[in-house]
Amino acid sequence: MSDPDVAIVGVGLHPFGRYPGKSAMEMGEDAVYEALTDAGVKWEDVQALYAGSMEVKNPEGIVGLLGQTGVPGRAVFTGCATGATSLAMAANAIRLGDADVAIAIGLDKHPRGAFSDDPSVSGLPLWYGQAGLFLTTHFFGMKINRYMHDHGITSATLAKVAAKAFRNGAQTHHAWRRKPLTEDEILNSQVLNYPLTQYMYCGPNEGAAAAVLVRADQARQYTDTPVYIRASTLRSRREGAFELLSPSFGLDIVPGPTVEASREAYELAGLGPEDVDLAQLQDTDAGSEVIHMAENGLCAHGEQEKLLAEGATEITGRIPVNTDGGLLANGEPVGASGLRQVYELVNQLKGRAGDRQVANARVGYAQLYGAPGTAAVTILSR
Amino acid sequence: MQQVPLAEGLFSWPLEPGKQPALIGGRASNGKIFFPYRRQAVIDGVREDLEKIDLPRRGALWTFTSQHFRPTAPPYAGDDDARSFRPFTVGYIELPGALHVEARLTEPDPAKLTIGQEMELVIEPFGVDSDGNQTMIYAFAPVAPVAPVAPVEPGETAETAEVSAP
Repeated sequence: MSDPDVAIVGVGLHPFGRYPGKSAMEMGEDAVYEALTDAGVKWEDVQALYAGSMEVKNPEGIVGLLGQTGVPGRAVFTGCATGATSLAMAANAIRLGDADVAIAIGLDKHPRGAFSDDPSVSGLPLWYGQAGLFLTTHFFGMKINRYMHDHGITSATLAKVAAKAFRNGAQTHHAWRRKPLTEDEILNSQVLNYPLTQYMYCGPNEGAAAAVLVRADQARQYTDTPVYIRASTLRSRREGAFELLSPSFGLDIVPGPTVEASREAYELAGLGPEDVDLAQLQDTDAGSEVIHMAENGLCAHGEQEKLLAEGATEITGRIPVNTDGGLLANGEPVGASGLRQVYELVNQLKGRAGDRQVANARVGYAQLYGAPGTAAVTILSR
Repeated sequence: MQQVPLAEGLFSWPLEPGKQPALIGGRASNGKIFFPYRRQAVIDGVREDLEKIDLPRRGALWTFTSQHFRPTAPPYAGDDDARSFRPFTVGYIELPGALHVEARLTEPDPAKLTIGQEMELVIEPFGVDSDGNQTMIYAFAPVAPVAPVAPVEPGETAETAEVSAP
């Protein structure tokens, strides 16, 4: 394993859900306060701040609530990969010597329902939206439909993924969806985008998360159980990859950005998929989790059918996936979602995940994927 | 009502009598194809003009999904409302020698679509624009209904079953 230079010494979360009357910034303040308290760091000691949000244009303005200390504050946005990017930039500030203590924050507050916007925000022509094609959910339906065709995955397996998410959510006090659902209830819910049904999808919601980072060689001043950042990578799509919101793509199909981000992360960490004790995978929908298991090297394509039937991705299984219920049970405040993954991994690696603790968890893996074809991978270890 | 394309330059319009419609793409000197057509692209570090070409009209359905709630309007511009909305399907068509193109499909029931089936370009009415014109959109239609796969009887090999299929 490579030598780490940055450690996470505190994490905080404002539970994801719906909070009428509470702003994204106020939720961010709660998450930061929890992370600072966890780290034993005072706000005045933070030397760099990276804040991600989709709905709040200047999330770094959170200093107005936390205290106007003059700290260099920067906004970060890479779609669904935002949480990993704010963490990576905070880590880089430490690596570069700009800061000894840095904080990564994610906060968001989305209106109900599927994301909707003018196609021009994604550099697409107006007609693409007029025609009813500017919907990210189409991609998820189409990608898993093709994947099921190519690799023999069944709808029953998609239902198993969602059922696991809600079961894990029921054990997670801060989760949004805490009611277990049967596979039949999931399969028989309204089809939104064939073959995906309502309960196979996550919903955009509200919430915040934060992490306090310090130099690895100073980490033990703050905690006996620092969690080290072993790798943090991000890739955008390549020519020929089948990605979100594409009016066309080439005939010579190449793998998506997750595959490359994952490969590079393992290399940087000096670890392989066999070393991963638990994973947080982007489960925008149940199909995405299935696909991402293989794209992140945790199994072969098509093997998911057997692994899900065996319960291999359960908390007690061989490779637990989304132990806190993932996006399916927590929803997705886009700017905060990646740091919610980090929150769960850090708690697991510190051995304080309570009922859902994975035994002997040493290495945690997190992956994000979203528009416009961007993937990020973070590998953490004790 | 006058018919106008949803956007200029997406497909051949007006349709010429006796001529089949086609999507309009751009082709670079190295053979790379673009859709929708754009005037220029940078190829090997040099910006060049693209040649305007008709894309193949038929191809295989690469994947598909359905849309069961009305997309938010605007930008959606179908001539329905929340009450009259009917689910529709979209997919990618693998146009041989060209690229995969995303399009609405004319068959609204995903259960009646099969990956790999042959599809053909059609131009069909879509909505009404602010000037009261009927907008026309490109879509892909199944070339022929997919024959149901004959069940393999016990004792019969898959090969003979295939031969006996129409």
